[in-house]
Amino acid sequence: MSAVTLTARRVLPPLVGFGSFVLILVAVEILIRAGAINRFIVPPPSEVAASFGRVIAEENIWRRFAFTAWECFAAGVLLTVFGVLIGALLHRVRVLRLACETWVAAMASAPLVLLYPLLLVMFGRNALTIIMMAFISGLAPVILKTIEGLSSTRRVLLNVGRSFKLTPSQQFWKILFPSALPAIFVGIRLGLIFALINVVGVEFLINFGGLGQLINELAERYDLPGTYAAICFVVLVSVVFFATTERAERWLRSAG
Amino acid sequence: MAEIGRLNRARGARPWQAAVTLVRVAIVLGALVAWQLLAISGWLYGEVVPALPVIGAALVKLLCSGDFYWNLWVTVYEVAVGLAIGGFSGLVVGLVLGANPFIARAYEPYLYYLGPTPKIIFFPVMIMWFGVGGGSKIAMGALSCFFPIALNVAAGMRQIDQVLIRVGRSFRANPWQMATKIYLPAMRHPVINGLRLGLGVALIGTLLAETKLSKYGVGSLVMDAYARFDMPRMYAILIVLFALAIGANALVSHFGRLDDIKQK
Repeated sequence: MSAVTLTARRVLPPLVGFGSFVLILVAVEILIRAGAINRFIVPPPSEVAASFGRVIAEENIWRRFAFTAWECFAAGVLLTVFGVLIGALLHRVRVLRLACETWVAAMASAPLVLLYPLLLVMFGRNALTIIMMAFISGLAPVILKTIEGLSSTRRVLLNVGRSFKLTPSQQFWKILFPSALPAIFVGIRLGLIFALINVVGVEFLINFGGLGQLINELAERYDLPGTYAAICFVVLVSVVFFATTERAERWLRSAG
Repeated sequence: MAEIGRLNRARGARPWQAAVTLVRVAIVLGALVAWQLLAISGWLYGEVVPALPVIGAALVKLLCSGDFYWNLWVTVYEVAVGLAIGGFSGLVVGLVLGANPFIARAYEPYLYYLGPTPKIIFFPVMIMWFGVGGGSKIAMGALSCFFPIALNVAAGMRQIDQVLIRVGRSFRANPWQMATKIYLPAMRHPVINGLRLGLGVALIGTLLAETKLSKYGVGSLVMDAYARFDMPRMYAILIVLFALAIGANALVSHFGRLDDIKQK
């Protein structure tokens, strides 16, 4: 009996959540067919679902997906390399850290994406602008988490290193860096999430590149079901990305 | 003993403080000099990296024009209304999710996973729903700030000391009284933090929407400067914008901390 209640408790809430989601879609469909909602403003969910296949087949969606993924990857490599390097430098030189850490924190909360017209002038309307925008937006969390990870290394470990007379570089690579790795990974994940948001956003804004541009194009063609389908696709992609990196982070933490 | 320790620490901190200030001044001066040298050298197009006096002049001109303040007012209005709508609905949803574990397990995953998706892609939909005017920008601001505020409020509510809730119940407080007298005062820190995050993303959502399609607002001023290739003016607008955004963020966090001190 208790096992049944336990399963019910575990399964019921997601079921209710998904059920109400489906119910809302059905209600919207009925309201549109009854004419209560204008179908030229909100297309029926059935039409949106039907246009998924068309959007995937006719709009080169996998090539666009690959392009967006490539931009995210490039930005991810840049922000990992520079973020960890800058973080390690700020951790090593104390006066620099005291001087700059609040600046980096302010940078993390500043609306950096508004710089995109400036980057557009500097690099032109191409992938470099998008990658640089994503890199700049995702850099601050990597720096901050690297500093946090390095400075929360346990004192005992540092003392062990000292008693083995490790050189500063050995001390860094054998003790500080491995112990900071989980925190650095949290930073890289945050940075990548910011990068993805900015890549798709800037693609949409400057009408260039992969998935973001697709939404812009379909909206400009006034292809309503297609626009909604493309938005659903992008939301799905970012949710999958978010969930996978979260899993990876949890796995890394339990392994560490 | 403690006094001596504190004194020593203060004495120890002072040389650090001086060095830190020195490093900061050096970094800022270095950046400005490097910029000016780059502008004079002509390695990049002169228009892309204008000389400092040129940017300064554009900044003064911008701050002296009534046109700028009018556009700033439009943006501030849109952000404020968006934050009010998104913030209030986020607060209500957060309170409901935080109060009821079943509802939270049913619906919170959706909010949690939708939170970090790029919001600007919903702009075409918002244009269709609310028109090309201010309505769609307000909607973008509201949509952006709803998620962090709802999630922060829900998380904050679950952290409340159970004793406080039991006190409220034993006084037979009704749901409204529970919300205003127990829950909200006990979770002002997560609420203020959610508000700070919400303000940031509402600002981004509104301004990006303005750069995409708008006649008014600071976002449209940036795009106007871009279209006319008036780089000094663009730098001036961006400088003012970042100063205002960082200032607003600092102000909200300051209120959060002020509360803390009074509590002690």
